[in-house]
Amino acid sequence: MTDMRTMTYSEAIREAMATAMTNDDRVFLMGEDVGIYGGAFGVENDLINRFGPERVRDSTISELGIVGMGVGAAITGMRPIVEIQFSDFTAQAMDQIVNQAAKLHFMVGGQANVPLVIRTPAGSGTGAAAQHSQSLEAWFAHIPGLKVVMPSNATDAAALLFAALEDPNPVIIIEHKLLYKQSFQVPVKIPKARLGEGRIEVEGTDLTIVATSIEVRRAIEAAEQLAAEGINAEVIDPRTIRPLDTRLILDSVKKTGRALLVQEAAKFGGYMAEVSATITEGDAFGYLQAPVRRLCGLDTPIPYNPRLERASVPQVEDIVREATALVREW
Amino acid sequence: MASDTLDKAQAGDLLRTMWRIRLFEEAVEDLYGRGMMHGTMHLSIGQEAVPTGACVTLREGDQITSTHRGHGHAIAKGADLGLAMAELLARENGYCKGRGGSMHIADVATGNLGANGIVGGGLPIAAGAGLSNKMRGTDQVCLCFHGDGSVGEGAWHEALTLASMWDLPVVFICENNKYGMSMPSEKAFKVDFLSEKAAAYGMPGETVDGNDVEAVAEVVQRAVDRARAGEGPTFIEALTYRWRGHSKSDKNLYRSKEEIAEWKERCPIARFCHKMLEEGVLEQADINQAQVDVRTEIRAAVVFGTQGAEPTVEAMLAGVYAPSPVDYQDILKGLN
Repeated sequence: MTDMRTMTYSEAIREAMATAMTNDDRVFLMGEDVGIYGGAFGVENDLINRFGPERVRDSTISELGIVGMGVGAAITGMRPIVEIQFSDFTAQAMDQIVNQAAKLHFMVGGQANVPLVIRTPAGSGTGAAAQHSQSLEAWFAHIPGLKVVMPSNATDAAALLFAALEDPNPVIIIEHKLLYKQSFQVPVKIPKARLGEGRIEVEGTDLTIVATSIEVRRAIEAAEQLAAEGINAEVIDPRTIRPLDTRLILDSVKKTGRALLVQEAAKFGGYMAEVSATITEGDAFGYLQAPVRRLCGLDTPIPYNPRLERASVPQVEDIVREATALVREW
Repeated sequence: MASDTLDKAQAGDLLRTMWRIRLFEEAVEDLYGRGMMHGTMHLSIGQEAVPTGACVTLREGDQITSTHRGHGHAIAKGADLGLAMAELLARENGYCKGRGGSMHIADVATGNLGANGIVGGGLPIAAGAGLSNKMRGTDQVCLCFHGDGSVGEGAWHEALTLASMWDLPVVFICENNKYGMSMPSEKAFKVDFLSEKAAAYGMPGETVDGNDVEAVAEVVQRAVDRARAGEGPTFIEALTYRWRGHSKSDKNLYRSKEEIAEWKERCPIARFCHKMLEEGVLEQADINQAQVDVRTEIRAAVVFGTQGAEPTVEAMLAGVYAPSPVDYQDILKGLN
């Protein structure tokens, strides 16, 4: 049995960045308030003391500027990690993410790689309202040339950061701000991960729940409650939403015949529509015993009022209710 | 590079580079007119002295970033004319395998980090290259070509702010050709010279006659030396003029024929030839020979380009992502 330790999601990310910077001189971190402040969510903490201001670079409030500088540094031999303080602020940096980072390798016929890692926290639950709480992963997953990672636990947050740093393509890691302070059991030696490899978090036979980010945590909790009701849910965490581990999902749905797709982001045009289409277009279609069902955030900006905020995104009880209906009614 | 120090070989090189740009673009225009080239293009005819004068100051390993009007930058940085022409002809043997076209020509191995279809897109990338140069401890310098139009972009402000804060080895060269598409820069920016803006970023700013190749070289050389010495970025405004429209759709409704004619009188190539003849650095025979040589190069480039293969859909799809490593090694060394 691998030796385990208790770590928060933040601590795992911090340790992974420290390991990467120790092992590879090309790796550096750039972002707003990542230095003495320690990061808006405390992820960086004391990294500036350990690696100095050259490698833990406090930038001006210039999201477009720092992502673009990450692109420039990446194509000239560095391995930058750019932190965007809230994922909502990626909107400020979209030209460099979408028009530059994503397309450069392709546009120049493969002459250059863009090994850029962008880390950014998404999600609601902090009372920060509509401009600090969004889940925008579908924007990025839609763009050919980008890879998109959504770690749901501390081990994955570290392992997938290593994989992202090794990858020659731009990778956006969407962290969840409610997970930062959560503790997890993390192996002393971080296992290798590959971008595009999902994982079955809970095995089951009655339905497949595909969830991302914090909804994986909620789905696991829901699966425990469902088990008490005699429903065996299989919970899948794709971990990387682009590329997507299509095979893992299709095989699971072929086994269970039912699929419930859970995301925090608003429903319309959301990522789970892609997963739904993948299931119904794929070889799992003939095995379906019920319509594929999505459980998503409401189609609203995230509100300030705490009751409304909670009601806007899927909670454990919502997953239990939807899963039960899907199994009992079909 | 004052003219009294220009020898015959140096003068010949400058002239050939400017002619390469001019004749390459005239050939492109001709191919387009005859329906042999598709898409759109942005010609820099009339502006040749800026990239020529700027790039002559560079050493091997130095970098440039370029714009949608970028043929001149690529050629002045030493682009292979055949590979560039093949790219515009959308062939597999082009610089970008026909995936990028006119607005994305790059030669990354030799430091041309790429043209850019987004106005202002190259500025933060240039600052990032400068940061990389500094962090890797090299003395490389990045020249960031951009137009007056990009001065209105947020990217321009962010790149200058960050390059200044971190004293990065970047030279921002603004080609002020008087119009951002149709918007006159005189109307858009209420300063006499765009170089005045540099003061707000705590960097030197200078305006130079962009149709005088020697003057451009002199000013850029100072900025490159400063950047190489670790003293930080400089902003240079080179005043010039594009003879052609913004792109193929331009009907020139925003400027007069007289204005265009007036600027044609200030042709950077004719001006340089005249001066070199007057100073006795070049003879008419040298000039004629240089033109003949460049015409031969351009013809060969067109032949190379038109002989290229059509790219395939399969190869295109295989090139969306760079191949990921089979096994992650570098970062994970020391881990299991």
